[in-house]
Amino acid sequence: MDKKIEISDTTLIWSVLESIPDPEIPVLTIVDLGIVRNVAISVSGIPEITITATYTGCPAMDYIAASVRMELAASGFTGVKIINSISPAWTTDWMSEEGKKKLKEYGIAPPNTKQQVCDQSLFAEGEAVQCPQCSSYNTYRISEFGSTACKALYQCNDCKEPFDYFKCH
Amino acid sequence: MNKDKIDFILSLADSSLILAQRNGEWCGHGPVLEQDIAITNITLDLIGQARCLYQYAADHINQSADQPVNPATEDSLAFLRTEREFKNCLLAEQSNGDWGQTILRQFFFSTYQYFLYQQLKDKGTDTTLSAIAEKSLKEITYHVRWSSEWVIRLGDGTEESKRRMEAGIENLWPYTGELFAPADYEEEMAIDFKTIKTKWAEKINSVLTEATLTHPDGGIFMHTGGKTGTHTEQLGYILAEMQYMQRAFPGCEW
Repeated sequence: MDKKIEISDTTLIWSVLESIPDPEIPVLTIVDLGIVRNVAISVSGIPEITITATYTGCPAMDYIAASVRMELAASGFTGVKIINSISPAWTTDWMSEEGKKKLKEYGIAPPNTKQQVCDQSLFAEGEAVQCPQCSSYNTYRISEFGSTACKALYQCNDCKEPFDYFKCH
Repeated sequence: MNKDKIDFILSLADSSLILAQRNGEWCGHGPVLEQDIAITNITLDLIGQARCLYQYAADHINQSADQPVNPATEDSLAFLRTEREFKNCLLAEQSNGDWGQTILRQFFFSTYQYFLYQQLKDKGTDTTLSAIAEKSLKEITYHVRWSSEWVIRLGDGTEESKRRMEAGIENLWPYTGELFAPADYEEEMAIDFKTIKTKWAEKINSVLTEATLTHPDGGIFMHTGGKTGTHTEQLGYILAEMQYMQRAFPGCEW
């Protein structure tokens, strides 16, 4: 290892992680998304990064782990240990406010604050989701499943634009 | 971890993987684009669940007394076991039939998975398994709702869609009994299959009623054996396709 890694380096590690974009929604970083759960330095001076998948089948996890290694290596942190955690289960509650703002500007409606995934009732009205283009709430759900596991498809009744909604989970 | 526990985890993983492989056949062939995306999203969730379970099983196989020469991995468990070693329920391997039959298979399976995983989550004696169950349940909740809505839409739809749903129920119903008949390795898992069966039946009945559909009464013959490796003729074809690359080119990566 090139240099001795200290506890105080965690701040620097976090700032490196905050620069790594999510491969599927590049407008967000992996920290914005709540994928990075913890940064620690082991007794022997090895950085340990805990990450969690949004959905169990997220195909980007290997890529994300590789990006973390590469970016940290570029900042002088080698031999990084990546821990994949599944508990507690990832939730959209972990998405940063900054992340929600960036999503909306990018054209994806950010998750509503209230958890609605547990609502088992059938043909329930889609959540009132704000159109990221014209800000109207007069929108409807086309499909509960979208271009990636974490999104649903909506359309705005006012400006007619279809859009992705980052669904509550 | 004893062999029963490993077999149990493998059977959970196998059911998810084999159903995923079946659903994956719809990719690019769904009735409309949004539903093609829906069924393949569900497929991805099932593969994700299977991966978590296979990784967990592999860790324990490698630590067990009769550990294999080559360490087990999630890939070796999926691609290098034979038909008799797969422990998926028979329902998961049944053919897609038409869209109606695929929907019914998903509905029967996801509803079962929902109540089974609730117990795995709540029991809490195995923290890894309950964590996998908890994470999976968030996804299964979507699968149950989506498939229930489609059962109602098609059952209470046109004469043609209703006829197809009735045929689908007739085809698949004989494979639902196995879900609640514990295999020998499941006996030790302290799972209350009776409660799962009651809750499953309540949910199935309420959705089928709303869909103006009925199911056969209790008297019909139920197939079993999948969970202990005796499969219908369907599984061999699925494995032949799924495992071809690793069998023909061992260790190939791309």
